[in-house]
Parts: sequence; C-alpha cells; structure tokens
Amino acid sequence: MPEKADALLTVENVHTWFELRRFGFLRVGFVRAVDGVSFSLKHGEAVAVVGESGCGKSTLAKTVLGLYRPTQGTVVFDGQRIDGETGNLKKYHSQVGYVQQDPYGALPPFMTIYRILDEPLRINGVRKRAEREKRIKEALSEVKLTPVEDFLYKYPHMLSGGQQQRVVLARAKILEPKLIVADEPVSMLDASVRVEILQLLQRLQRSYNLAVIYITHDLSTVRYFSERIFVMYGAKIIEEAPTATLLENPSHPYTQALLTAISDPDAKNADHIKEVPPGEPPSLLNPPPGCRFCPRCGQAIAGLCEKEMPPAFELAPGHRVSCWLYRQAAVKEKEEEKEKAG
Amino acid sequence: MMAVNANSNANAKTNAGAGTDAYAIFRLENLQLYFNTRIGPVQAVDGVSFSLASGRTLALVGESGCGKSSLGRAILRLLPRNVHTYKGSIFLNGTDVMTYSNERFRRQVRWVRMALVPQAAMNALNPVVKVEDQVAEPLLVHQRVKNKAEAYSRAYEIFKVLGLPQDFLNRYAFELSGGMRQRAAIAMALVMHPELIVLDEPTSALDLLTQSNIMNVLKKVKWEFKSTFILITHDIATASELADDVAVMYAGQLVEKADARLFYDDPLHPYSRKLMASVPTLRKDKKLEFIPGQPPSLINPPKGCRFADRCELRHERCAAEPPMVTLPDGRQAKCWLVEQKAREQHA
Ligand SMILES: Nc1ncnc2c1ncn2[C@@H]1O[C@H](COP(=O)(O)OP(=O)(O)O)[C@@H](O)[C@H]1O
Ligand SMILES: Nc1ncnc2c1ncn2[C@@H]1O[C@H](COP(=O)(O)OP(=O)(O)O)[C@@H](O)[C@H]1O
Ligand SMILES: [Mg+2]
Ligand SMILES: [Mg+2]
Repeated sequence: MPEKADALLTVENVHTWFELRRFGFLRVGFVRAVDGVSFSLKHGEAVAVVGESGCGKSTLAKTVLGLYRPTQGTVVFDGQRIDGETGNLKKYHSQVGYVQQDPYGALPPFMTIYRILDEPLRINGVRKRAEREKRIKEALSEVKLTPVEDFLYKYPHMLSGGQQQRVVLARAKILEPKLIVADEPVSMLDASVRVEILQLLQRLQRSYNLAVIYITHDLSTVRYFSERIFVMYGAKIIEEAPTATLLENPSHPYTQALLTAISDPDAKNADHIKEVPPGEPPSLLNPPPGCRFCPRCGQAIAGLCEKEMPPAFELAPGHRVSCWLYRQAAVKEKEEEKEKAG
Repeated sequence: MMAVNANSNANAKTNAGAGTDAYAIFRLENLQLYFNTRIGPVQAVDGVSFSLASGRTLALVGESGCGKSSLGRAILRLLPRNVHTYKGSIFLNGTDVMTYSNERFRRQVRWVRMALVPQAAMNALNPVVKVEDQVAEPLLVHQRVKNKAEAYSRAYEIFKVLGLPQDFLNRYAFELSGGMRQRAAIAMALVMHPELIVLDEPTSALDLLTQSNIMNVLKKVKWEFKSTFILITHDIATASELADDVAVMYAGQLVEKADARLFYDDPLHPYSRKLMASVPTLRKDKKLEFIPGQPPSLINPPKGCRFADRCELRHERCAAEPPMVTLPDGRQAKCWLVEQKAREQHA
C-alpha cells in the first residue's frame, strides 16, 4: 500500500478472537470477531467503517484503541506499535479520542460536566488549574454547549441525548488527539440531532486536521462525512473505496444489497418490492471456509465461493473488493501490466 | 375553511385518506392520554384527531418522546397504571369503541378487530411457549376456530405469507433470529385478520437487510389482505416504503397529515420541512439541516404553537394555538402560515 509512508494508523492483518468456553472450561471454539483486517489511515483523513450489527465493528474499534489485544496482526500508530506491550498505551490514549454509541453509558453519572472534562487533563499532567479551566471552557464552546456556565456544573442526566453526546465529543477532543474513533456516535439519536452531531464532528476533523474513523451501520449518513468507506461483513472488510466510487459503483454483492436496502424518503418506494437477499449474517463462532456472504449471495459461483475465501482484488486505485466475481478482471489487469513491463 | 369534496366517489381509493371521512374505517377524535408523574401530568397524547381509509397505511412519524407509542397504546387501550386522563373517541367502522367497557373491549375489540405489534415485540414473545401455540392462541381464546388443528392451519397460512419456514412453527422464540421473531410477532397480530393493525417501530431494532425483508413482507400482507395499518416510526425514509398517508406528531399533537405522495414531495408544516431536511439521502445530494433546540416539556407545554420557539418562520400569531387547517388538495397542517395559505387559495 503506497499510502503507508504518511500513514497515521496502519492496521495489518488484525485478528481479534474471543475464546468461548462452556461451563467455564470446555472450550467450544473462538468467536472470530475481527478476522484478518488491514487498512491504513492518513493524518486528517475521515473514513467510515460500515456494516450490520455483529460484524465486528466495535471489536475492531477497541482493537484499534488498544483496549483489546489482537490475537494476531499489528496496529501501528504514528510509528509506534500499540498492539502488544502496554508501555505506550497511556501516551497513545492521550492521542486518540473515543466516542461511543450510548452517550449516557459513557459518562460517569455522579460527575459534573466540569469534572468529566477535567479528569483527562489532570491525568495527562496539565497541572495549572486555570489552564485546565480554560481548556474545558474552550472544549464546551467548541461543541456548542453554550453559554458554557450553564453546563459546567450539570450532571449528565440533566442533558438531552444530543447534549450528552456533545460532552462525549468534547472529552474525546480535549487532549487534542490526532485520531478520533467514533463507534456509532449517532445511532441512538433522532435524525435532526444526528445531523447536528455529525456536522460538529466534521468541523472538529477539518479545523484540527483530525483523523476520524466513523463506525456506523447507516450508509446513508456516510456520504456526507467520510472520504473513504470500508464495508465489513462477517468480521472482514469485503470492499473498500473512496466514498463516491463506492456509491456509484458498489461491486461486492453485499455492498450492492446494502445500497438497495437503504430507502430514500420517497413515496414511490411503496409501489414495489425490493430485491434484497434473504437470510442472516453468519455466525462468527467457527465459521466455515469460503466467502462468508456466499450462503445469501445470488451470484455465488458453485464449487468456488463456498470453499475458498476470496482475496482482495483491486478494481481501481483504492477500490478493492474481496469477491471471486472479480477474479478475471484482476487476472486480466495483471497480464496487461506484464505486457507493459515486458 | 374546510374544502373537502364529499362526492369524490370515483377516486375514493386515492383521496379518502386525506380529508374525507366517507370511507374511513378508523377515526380518532380528540384523543387524550396523560400520565401522572411526580412533577405533574405528562400530556403524551394531547387532542389527536385523524381518519384512515380502509386498506391504507398511515405512517405516524416524529422524534422520540413525541407520543407515538402512547398514541398506539391509547388506541388499543393498553394503558399503564399511572393514567391521569384518557378520553376522546375511537371510531372503528362507525362505532365509538371508547364507549365499550374494559371487558367488552377485551372480548370484542383488542386482537379481534384491532391489534398492536408493540415496540421491540420480538423480545416480548413468551420464551417457554412454542411459536405455533403463541400464534394460534388468539384464535382459540376468542373461539374463532373449532379445534387446535384448525388454529394451527390458520397459523400456517399466515406463516407462509410472512416468509416464515414451516418448521419454525414448533420451535421456541429463542431459537429464532431477531428478524424471524419479529415476523412471528407480526403473525400473532395478523392471525385474527383485524380491521386495523398498529405496528410500533416494527423494524427499528433490526439490521438493514432484515429491515428491508420485513418491509417487503408487510407490503405483501397489505396487498394480499388489503390490511389497514398504522405504522409508527421515527424513520421517515423507511416509512415511505409502506405509507399511503403520513401524519407528523410533535410534542403530543398532530401537526400535519397528508397523502404520502404530497408529503414526501413537499411537506407543509415548518417542523415537517425541517425534519425532512435532516434525513440524509443516498441517491441525491442535498444539504443536511438540523433543528436547533429541543422539543418542549410535555408537562408544561407552551400555550401557542408548540414548535414556535424552534421555528424560523415564527411570528406574532404563533403565540396562539393554530388550528388544524385543510388545504383544497386534502393536506392538513396545524400552522398559522398554512391557515393564511388556505385563505389565500380560497380568495
Ligand atoms: N468480549 C466478547 N466476548 C465474546 N464475544 C464477543 C465479545 N465482544 C464481541 N463479541 C462477538 O463478536 C462479534 C462482533 O461483535 P461486535 O464487534 O460488537 O460487532 P458490531 O460492533 O459490528 O455489532 C459478535 O458475534 C459478538 O457477539
Ligand atoms: N407510563 C408513563 N408514565 C409517564 N410518562 C410516560 C409514560 N409512558 C410514556 N411517557 C412519556 O410520554 C412521552 C411520550 O412517550 P412515547 O409515547 O413513548 O413517545 P415516542 O413513542 O414517540 O418515543 C415521553 O415524554 C415519555 O417519557
Ligand atoms: Mg457495535
Ligand atoms: Mg416509541
């Protein structure tokens, strides 16, 4: 991958498996929550990870944040490995922000907003009280919780869901991180509040050259807020592309299905049935070999797709898809390259 | 002010939903449901009126907390203990079922003539009773079948339409996926072929593809059985998959009701317009907007228009409560600007 040179974050072949035991000791197997994921992220880049629930998004987020140790593979942030030794983790955590789905669950209920924002500053050695207070007020006004004085001494439960999520955002950015991982930050909010929070996140991203990993199951918000999209299914990234490319030319049958399934607000939708694949996502406990979408796929190639896991084929620069349907395209391209070289 | 052509016999099917009651199977009049709380009564449903024609689906949309689920429960008289006020009229094919005693309502109306698929229904199935017994139960309880065998065969029929494999019938709920459980919950509501089915957020907790599959199933049911639905949802985009009419709720009140085709093209009420502007679209580019501020408290709602303090178009008249006004095309909205528009169109 050529973009590696200026990469802020490089995730390579990461597997995060959870061991499942019955009665506490009988090993049943592994839940392969993340099963071979690679990508990299530039400084200031906004990407989205899209996929349905249970596909491994949160586990990937926590692995990237150093909260889970990958079973295999590496995570490199700013030239430092953060997947193994715990030594660098404290410094790392001061450089990444984390925004979770449920803002109320993420905020300690018995702390005032002031204390919630004060704590990371104190832990990370901002000694002067006046300096901390200044930064807390700046952070609050940046997330539009103004007048600041109205919010400083409130408790989380006194705020609406949207306001709570803005406090979480303020906390995520108060240490001036280089990366924010936002795991379904707006899924529990109403449409109108969603837009407000996402626009806020985007403003922070642009004005501080922050890299953002926006994790969501909602593809329709993604086009407004990210430059590149990774589509996850069954613990793997099955397609990645620049946002516009992915929306215009979705190539994996699963991506195509997702796009079909999304409704734009339009009364004509009521007139016809949508062609969407039946069935459910695969179990990640001891999954069978082969493409994980195969059992639901209308275009599966018998004898191949159910047996062998497809590798990523590059359809265009930055547009990769893990699907056997593209094997010829890939082969042909390689031949052309050889001809050029020879 | 109300311009409704009562003789629209020919296009009753297409127009009936909007203004006229002539073909209404279902009509609410000034329905109120308040709850007692420590700090005063919560006016969750505050004077809601609308009518719905047979075979049509009304999508009831609005942000969380605006009273949608409360309205659904008020219709089915499924009330919590802390009811403060419960009044108004609920006409079902001409009879006001509000006048029925609780006992009569339970025997003759709930599940029989009107059914509810509650929010998160898929998690409410009984874990120790087989799915087929749960679906067949209302038939047996209300003595609509001669014996168990007949009840099961009726359950099978519904299962087929809902795309539930037959062998799921003698399983337990926990053995099924979320999507399949939700279908089973819908089957329970459908099996009596009620005149009205209220679906409260039927797909909200489900994944996108499953959600799409369930919407397909509901469409097929609607076409095959000519069912009349009230679809409660906070998701305007998904609502368009099923809606013939749309009603928008804000702070316990209805603020707009219109034919879906008119609504999705051009919402009338300033709140509806903002709400629509906040919905991201996949296929079209648009500038997303949000509504600053928050809905008012339902314990002490403002006297005038409840949306006024968040509305960019507010003016002096908004201090008084606006009436629900009907435009010649049948669209209704509770807004002084629409009232003015209606007067201009008549002049
Ligand atoms: N701590 C854990 N122990 C065991 N299994 C887990 C754990 N966390 C997640 N999983 C499983 O891993 C899979 C992926 O979960 P998750 O990463 O939460 O997905 P998503 O965020 O996309 O919904 C699921 O099957 C989930 O049940
Ligand atoms: N049993 C109850 N007691 C007190 N307040 C309630 C009760 N049920 C609902 N509410 C309140 O009524 C309002 C409307 O709630 P609900 O009907 O659930 O809205 P929606 O379904 O639109 O999200 C909310 O303010 C909610 O907190
Ligand atoms: Mg998750
Ligand atoms: Mg509700």
